[in-house]
Amino acid sequence: MAVLTFTPEGIYCPAGDFHIDPWRPVPRALITHGHADHARPGHGAYLATHAAGPVMRHRLGDIALDWIAYGETRRIGGANVSFHPAGHVPGSAQIRVEVGGEVWVVSGDYKVEPDGFCEPFEPVKCHAFITECTFGLPVFRWRPQSEIAAEINAWWARCAAAGQTAMLGAYSLGKAQRLLAAIDSSIGPILTHGAVENTNAVLRAQGLSLPDTIPVTPETKGKDHPGALVIAPPSALGSTWARRFRPVSTGFASGWMQLRGIRRRRAADRGFVLSDHADWPGLLQAIRATEAEKIFVTHGYTEIFARYLRSEGWDAEVVPTEFTGEDLEEEA
Amino acid sequence: MKAFATLFTALDETTKTSVKTAALAEYFRSAPDDDKLWTAALFSGRRPKRAVTTTLLREWAAERAGIPLWLFEESYPIVGDLAETIALVLPETETPEERSLSFWISELLTLSQVPQEERKPRILSAWDRLETRQRFLFNKLITGGFRIGVSQKLMTRALAQATDRDESELAHRLMGDWTPQTTSWHALIEAEDAEAPLSRPYPFCLAHPVEDGPENLGPPTDWHAEWKWDGIRGQLILRGGEHFLWSRGEELMTDRFPEFARAKDVLPDGVVIDGEILAWDHATETPQSFANLQPRIGRKTVPKKLLKDAPAILYAYDLLEENGQDLRDRPFDERRSRLAHLLENQPDHSPLRLSPELAFDSWDALASQRKSARENRAEGLMLKARASTYHAGRKRGDWWKWKLDPLTIDGVMIYAQQGHGRRANLFTDFTFAVWKGNELVPFTKAYSGLTDEEFGQITAWVRKNTQQRFGPVRQVKAVHVFEIAFEGIQASPRHKSGIALRFPRMARWRHDKYAAQANTLDDLQELLSLYG
Repeated sequence: MAVLTFTPEGIYCPAGDFHIDPWRPVPRALITHGHADHARPGHGAYLATHAAGPVMRHRLGDIALDWIAYGETRRIGGANVSFHPAGHVPGSAQIRVEVGGEVWVVSGDYKVEPDGFCEPFEPVKCHAFITECTFGLPVFRWRPQSEIAAEINAWWARCAAAGQTAMLGAYSLGKAQRLLAAIDSSIGPILTHGAVENTNAVLRAQGLSLPDTIPVTPETKGKDHPGALVIAPPSALGSTWARRFRPVSTGFASGWMQLRGIRRRRAADRGFVLSDHADWPGLLQAIRATEAEKIFVTHGYTEIFARYLRSEGWDAEVVPTEFTGEDLEEEA
Repeated sequence: MKAFATLFTALDETTKTSVKTAALAEYFRSAPDDDKLWTAALFSGRRPKRAVTTTLLREWAAERAGIPLWLFEESYPIVGDLAETIALVLPETETPEERSLSFWISELLTLSQVPQEERKPRILSAWDRLETRQRFLFNKLITGGFRIGVSQKLMTRALAQATDRDESELAHRLMGDWTPQTTSWHALIEAEDAEAPLSRPYPFCLAHPVEDGPENLGPPTDWHAEWKWDGIRGQLILRGGEHFLWSRGEELMTDRFPEFARAKDVLPDGVVIDGEILAWDHATETPQSFANLQPRIGRKTVPKKLLKDAPAILYAYDLLEENGQDLRDRPFDERRSRLAHLLENQPDHSPLRLSPELAFDSWDALASQRKSARENRAEGLMLKARASTYHAGRKRGDWWKWKLDPLTIDGVMIYAQQGHGRRANLFTDFTFAVWKGNELVPFTKAYSGLTDEEFGQITAWVRKNTQQRFGPVRQVKAVHVFEIAFEGIQASPRHKSGIALRFPRMARWRHDKYAAQANTLDDLQELLSLYG
């Protein structure tokens, strides 16, 4: 019998009677990480890593949340489950489920390049691997984070010299903090949008170290912070909220910025190619490392990616899910 | 090519005209002459001849990247640009070389002279030597189409800033059939202009649309009115005993319209005339429809029958040069009366006619004349200030086009396809249908007219409501009704609906209508009988 099945509620383990990242309310949910398309409200009980939990509490309120350490094995019904770093955002996990010697792994979202901030990705051997493929096309290949950070620093410094505010769009959980940790905070003051700062506060409280940031309040004026970098959710760029920082140069950090058409459509002045998802070589490397024979791809360029895997000898199929991967928009 | 790549990035990263102009001007101040010349050529639509087909490029790129060709082909529409797709799939180069723009272009020029089998190793070697951004530009040079929001006008302005020369003089210098191989930076831009080529046309004067009515233009007596003809804008040049016919897109059309060889018999030398090329009915002395002219546009040589069925004339409306003298600074009234005088007593076989002036004593009277434009095979009216000079390009205030409102029909969207370039990943290319009983008959495609936000909405909808896929085309649920605006309608046996539309676009998304409330094929046929 299959260790995991795919139901209208989400990925389900019959032996343990639990779901993983379900999109409809279920009695017991194991959660890979705190992003809204994976950690949804309304479940009876939640299980997540110690590092993922606080953000979920912050976002979902007073949920019935149980904690687990990376690598700790827990028996749930007839299944042994354990959580392993996915390298996506702080606390993110791949979930390993073993039933009667058969091992399946749900990747959640992941990237293989260590970002110096969240727990680095750890390959887990398994028989079946359920993987995302947000960027599952050979045109997506990331350059090292250090090069992108240098680009951002140079842009920020140029903005500061030209009397402009550098305003960088990044998802408020994960990308924003990864950027904070990677950039050169000596260039100038760093201001943050409320959505970013709230997450900063949660992560600082659990011991992660971030450079000092100044939260933007209704009273904040751009001219009081010359040479500043402002980090805000993508949807805040170009909003009335952003006006106080004029003149601004806008930047957007996302894997999608690899494509010129999308970069131009976003109408940000600068696009920085930085993603918390695996690129094409990263996906293939992760899949090989699992030594799995059976691959399920859940979201992204699923049809194309699965076809490629089949042509390379894997038993691969597409499983439709309601995960969204790296979306171009995020609510502020 | 680093300087050119930096220029490209600077142009690509901004939508602000002033920033683009400054970046280009800076480049024109600092780059070597050969690179500047090629840059001016590229941004005015001149590019090296393509030596390799895109089919071969795709195969070689897939092979070099170590991926199956189908995977390359699947990636291409998602990226939306072939040059970019190739640049992104190729392995990163370990030993990038820094060479000039003109070096790489000369490599491409050499390519078309070497045997086919030598082309592949040369392209692969170039890819190996270029870093990703330059590789993209190199591919762009091969595949053509440098569309990055730099108009010829913007480039001319940048050139003017960089060289301290007059913008309209430069615009004139950039006209005509030069290429970087036939001229030099000095000869094109800097040299005293004594030896300008005989064939060089003047920059066309362009009109702005009248947005509300013409009432704000002042007294009607200050204005000359004529029909806005539905043909091809053309400039006929008679100089040094030769004749040249240019299109507005600066294409030399002399050979396509052999009728104009006769112009030398009926007009003196040293004359340049601006007008509209039309297929002409010599029996009734009236224009034929644009549809009759259309088969002549694409043909380099014209079959006898076509020449007989659709003979072309130039409906002349402006005189730019007489006795070898540039008249563009003279008032329109004077140019017009000299033109009328020049064209007096033309013999029947002359390929020129004077576009008639429309007399009117009030804007109201002109408005009622405008209503009969379609019956006169015109798209509307042109208004030209009697005192105005002949401007280079589009300058507000002196020339206005007052077109008819477009025809419209409500169609149901039945197929959708993703766009290219900036619109890749958005569904922007749609097919629309009208009702024939219970059946939906496709009658047109349309790509433009919606806002980015509306394209976003319809894209999300298409993803969720796809019923069937035919390659890149998706059949969607017949739900959404759009008002399709178009400029003309004609019978077309090649189309299932039996009609073809001119300049169709989406005027409005009719959220207020159900699919069943869209128009019918009978409605379309009625428009055809009225206006076809």
